[in-house]
Amino acid sequence: MNIEKFSNAMGVSGDEWEIRRLLTEEAEKYADSVEIDAMGNIIALKRGTGGKKKLMAVAHMDEVGFLVTGIDESGFLKLGRVGGIDPRVCVDKRVIVGRDKIPGVIMVKPIHLTSRDERGKPVPFSSLLVDIGTEKKEETAKYVKLGDPVAFDTKFEKLSNSMIKGKAFDDRLGCVAIIELLKKRYKHDFYAVFTVQEEVGLRGASVIGERIKADYAIILEGTGAQDFPNKKDINKSPKIGAGPCVTIKDGRSFASKELLKLTVKVAEENKIPFQFKKPGVGGTDAGVLQISGTGIKTIVYATPARYIHSPVSISSVNDLKNKINLTDLVLKSL
Amino acid sequence: MRELIKKLTEISSPSGNEDDIRNFIKKEIKNYCDSIETDVMGNLIARINGKKGGKTILFDAHMDEIGVMVNHIDENGFLRFTAIGGFFPFHALVHRIRFQNGVIGVIGEEKRDSSAKVSPLDKLYIDIGAKSKKEAEKMIEVGDMGTYAAETIVTDNRIIAKSLDDRIGCYIMIEAMKKIKKPKNTIYFVFASQEEVGVRGARPAAYRISPDCAIALDVTGTGDTPESAKMEVKLDGGAAIKVKDSGMLTNRKVREKLIDVAKKHKIKYQLEILEHGTTDAFGIQITAGGVPTGAISIPSRYIHSPSEMVSVSDVKACTDLVVAFANDYDA
Repeated sequence: MNIEKFSNAMGVSGDEWEIRRLLTEEAEKYADSVEIDAMGNIIALKRGTGGKKKLMAVAHMDEVGFLVTGIDESGFLKLGRVGGIDPRVCVDKRVIVGRDKIPGVIMVKPIHLTSRDERGKPVPFSSLLVDIGTEKKEETAKYVKLGDPVAFDTKFEKLSNSMIKGKAFDDRLGCVAIIELLKKRYKHDFYAVFTVQEEVGLRGASVIGERIKADYAIILEGTGAQDFPNKKDINKSPKIGAGPCVTIKDGRSFASKELLKLTVKVAEENKIPFQFKKPGVGGTDAGVLQISGTGIKTIVYATPARYIHSPVSISSVNDLKNKINLTDLVLKSL
Repeated sequence: MRELIKKLTEISSPSGNEDDIRNFIKKEIKNYCDSIETDVMGNLIARINGKKGGKTILFDAHMDEIGVMVNHIDENGFLRFTAIGGFFPFHALVHRIRFQNGVIGVIGEEKRDSSAKVSPLDKLYIDIGAKSKKEAEKMIEVGDMGTYAAETIVTDNRIIAKSLDDRIGCYIMIEAMKKIKKPKNTIYFVFASQEEVGVRGARPAAYRISPDCAIALDVTGTGDTPESAKMEVKLDGGAAIKVKDSGMLTNRKVREKLIDVAKKHKIKYQLEILEHGTTDAFGIQITAGGVPTGAISIPSRYIHSPSEMVSVSDVKACTDLVVAFANDYDA
């Protein structure tokens, strides 16, 4: 599995250059055809063995990050947010800028120079700047231009046999899963789709539905784990290590009843652990896929990851393996 | 009238779980149309065939309603829940919830932070009378859905019920279907799913039909109660022909045709501009290469509460307008 390679790759929404190149290379090894559409989505097709239906698995390749919106007189970069990022997780983090991957640090005044009052308050996003070690605007401009993507600079690591640490697990873990599925062959035509710009409003996926007109779509996601210490007796799913999360309802879609029933049946028959995601929150590419064209039956399987939309997430390889296994068996039984 | 409205509004069918209301409507309309189908999204699509050279008109009303979905059962058997659509905490407290398997519960709240503030939904719970998690799990599963349990009251001039948004639109379409005989236009009636969670059902239905023109029927607010937000629409003011809401501007030609038809048939109408909220018309208008779309709104007070209120005479005016438009429309 390509977890390390995909997690480390740069691919901020709207400029998914590196992850798209890597995914295209991988997909070409296993698919019968691979194309890239006008939005930058990758559509790989693995022909079926005679079935009449169209199956689809979808993961988004983009990640949250920033883009350069300006360079100030002292050479610092001003940032615009791309996707949902809490400014509290940005301060003092390492980043890489542009396709040349210029290293930088999101600046913060050290403790010596801040008042007690300042230290108690989160730094507003508008005051975050990136320091790439230059001294003047003109010098910075040699390396960076307006609109360059800025990504967190986090190297993938294994924490134990099952736990992993890295950035962009939302949704590179879905991308890993889809490449594994492309190695198989199903009865029906199987479309493996890697979408762009999910984090800024499900934009890539919104042109996929009508193009492929699939009968079934399984959306493979990375979702925020909620298993933090909390004494209140409320639902703490997604939990790491409890198996892939199956969505009944999130903020953008209900699971197809047919697929939900089949998923539970397949998981139980094959003793694959799974959990229902706490109904209510979030939204995925399923939101736009389900209502495109004359409608598509969709369901979301997600790998729980702690601290998503930040420089670093923690996740379980077992959850990912179980997700791949579950998806494979469900695709086989359609 | 009374009996059909009572049945339509008392059925519990929140968004995403429209089976009960769909099955009921299907039986109700089967003698008044030439075909009925259910699509992937669960929309019920009925057709009355027209004559050669006629146009294709789509009427839409959504059959889903707001509600709740259980997302946790605690150790003592209380349920935590998430909203299905615009289910608001300020309406919800101490009301009864009927789950689709018949279980009844009451909405309670944790200790309030301040007596002046309404508790948000995550501080509310549903009490189904279970003494433990184990007992509750025999009655309810995570993912189960419910709606307000409320008796429908029909007086000489008012209808009070849960889910008039938009079962009253469904009622109007059913009544119109009974009155439209051998039309020149082909007419589709879409009883749409999942409107309350973001206009999800109507779009694929309209894409499939690709009509020459579409009219959505849904409730709208009014400005006729004490110190209410300013709005021209009032109860008993007649069918509200929509000009604009926060999701769309209605097609000018369709809107003018609706006004012409209302004038010609002496149907009481008013014009509607709604500041907050939208309808299936918003989704239909921008699908399938664009559809000229208008909307007929039923003025309603207390929308999304267990006691929504509409006027009997407005409902009649809306029905007359649907029938007249279906017969008269010629592009």
